[in-house]
Amino acid sequence: MPQHMTYGEALIAALDEVMEHDQRVVLFNPSFIGMATGQDKLAALRKKYAKRIKFPPIAELGFCGIATGAAMAGLRPVVDLSTATFSYEAMPQIVNEAAIAYANSGGQTTVPVVFYVKFGIRGGGGVQHSGSPQSWYWNTPGLQVVMPSTPADAKGLMRTVLLTSADPTIFFSHDRLVDERGAVPDGAYEIPLGKADIKREGHDLTIIATSIQVPRALAAAAILAKEGVSAEVIDPRTLQPLDTPALLASVKKTGRVLITDESHDNCGVAAGLAAIIADEGFASLRAPIKRVSIPPVPVPYAVPLEDFVTPLAERIVEMARVLLR
Amino acid sequence: MLPAIPREQQLGILRKMLMIRRAEEHCIRFHAEHEGLIRGHFHVYIGQEATGVAVCESLNADDYVFTTHRNHGHVIAKGGDPKKVLAEIIGRATGYCQGRAGTFHVAAPDVGIIHTSAIVGGCLALAAGTAYAAQVKESTALTVVFFGDGAMEEGVFYEALNIAKLWQLPMIFWMENNYRRTGRGAGHAATELTNVPKALQIETTVIDGIDVGTVHKTAVESVQRTRAGEGPLFVEARTQLWPGNAFAMPKLVGGITDIAWAWNASAAPENVREWHKNCDPILQYIRELEGAGVGRAEIEQLDAHVCQEADDAARFALASPLPEPQAALHYAFAGQGH
Repeated sequence: MPQHMTYGEALIAALDEVMEHDQRVVLFNPSFIGMATGQDKLAALRKKYAKRIKFPPIAELGFCGIATGAAMAGLRPVVDLSTATFSYEAMPQIVNEAAIAYANSGGQTTVPVVFYVKFGIRGGGGVQHSGSPQSWYWNTPGLQVVMPSTPADAKGLMRTVLLTSADPTIFFSHDRLVDERGAVPDGAYEIPLGKADIKREGHDLTIIATSIQVPRALAAAAILAKEGVSAEVIDPRTLQPLDTPALLASVKKTGRVLITDESHDNCGVAAGLAAIIADEGFASLRAPIKRVSIPPVPVPYAVPLEDFVTPLAERIVEMARVLLR
Repeated sequence: MLPAIPREQQLGILRKMLMIRRAEEHCIRFHAEHEGLIRGHFHVYIGQEATGVAVCESLNADDYVFTTHRNHGHVIAKGGDPKKVLAEIIGRATGYCQGRAGTFHVAAPDVGIIHTSAIVGGCLALAAGTAYAAQVKESTALTVVFFGDGAMEEGVFYEALNIAKLWQLPMIFWMENNYRRTGRGAGHAATELTNVPKALQIETTVIDGIDVGTVHKTAVESVQRTRAGEGPLFVEARTQLWPGNAFAMPKLVGGITDIAWAWNASAAPENVREWHKNCDPILQYIRELEGAGVGRAEIEQLDAHVCQEADDAARFALASPLPEPQAALHYAFAGQGH
């Protein structure tokens, strides 16, 4: 009997289950859910594992480096950076130390650290608290990029990363997903990295969607269905590793693809996925690849400005109509 | 002064110091004699050998050491194989990191140097991380992070020291001030660099970094106190820049070091004479050993053995194969599914 819980509660459940058995898992600054539902569960987690939890000073560069060094020495730290843009303060340690150590050492030093960030246009975050750096980190060899869209996926992927990963991971939760509810299977289960999931089957058009764009794509697909269009929605769930065969198979089936991700257009996730499909799936395409993401401006504050740049369901519907013309 | 340890161990320190000197002389010759063998610029540890060797002498095999762009000396001091160091410097498949790291990033996990950053402050926080891991695991392993005065100009220095003190981490911040940074213009507003850790309530010591006995005594005491939970501690070891180091590409401006200069300083070429007379930790240590009754012949024989071993290491490196091109794609990820 699956339980209904929020995305944030599912993450906390994953951490609790793993930490109970694995003393190597330590937490830095565990907030995970911000001000969302589940504060009681977060408080319980903090109390239960107080000895393995640190609340470092406001020093992202310092504590991300410390977590990285601790991972090199055999711990499995999970660092909650809170807002994704705060990770920019720690880029030298994440990108230029954690990500390269395994390769530099010729496979001798593993770095099983998790950097957890809440990203994206959260509503009023303005230019500095609405960041979507998934494409930067995807463009950093050595980092795993995980961005689940549902509570069930969030739990299964977090368990996989904590239990089996030997590589540094950036775990992206969209700020607006953390309080979303969904069915979560009972008991312990893992979802492998690099395994896409078809969230809705269809045959006229493939919508590749990440994180918050998955519910938006599903809403768009429902609208399109009323117009007689059958859209398939596929969620890669992890960008690194990437389930390229599953994406290509869907494109082969439909011949049309729209890619939507809440990062910026230029060199964004949608651009990266489009390049792969153009390279490897060109023969399947019956129309140009289309993207729905954020235009290349810093995300503004006021509601109409913010809405204008947000890749909402209506924009996906409009772009799908263009694609099907 | 001589370190207060048995004679055999005293000679072991000399042996390692000489090994670093001889290996790095080969490194400089690789660059000078073979176009493109070392790709780009590089840095050497010549003149600072007393510090690395005497500190590592006071550590256990499972203690962590972090180093910098000037890592060759620290790797050998911690017990690393000179063959694998020289091979890595010239990018060979037999090097410590199979040719991926090069001179700047030699890591030797088998001797506790698990990662090497060439960003001057790059390892400060990582070192606090291994110290934190030891604390969590209730292990006795401690961490020594070597860095230069230049690293104190980076923001991560402040963050790492602040957290290390707040969490009482079992580690020693070991700053090697070779005055290279100062020679390029003032880089720090603090008049004494130790004022910075002092402001964070971290106990500091300033020592002569070319004196083996002083370094060893300070290291042994600091290690003991850090293991007893009195860390973190901060040490500044001062050395004088070797004249051949005053270039982006080090040069053997006075030829290779002749240990006979320990007894006859005037035999050294004029451009390096003052440095070898007053600032060379190896020649000073040799004179002290002789003063304590170690015969000149024994010292010369020891150097000859080290030279032989360093020559062998250089030959090994030069004869080693380059990595297979397609190995470039290996080791991006440790895990499955990639």
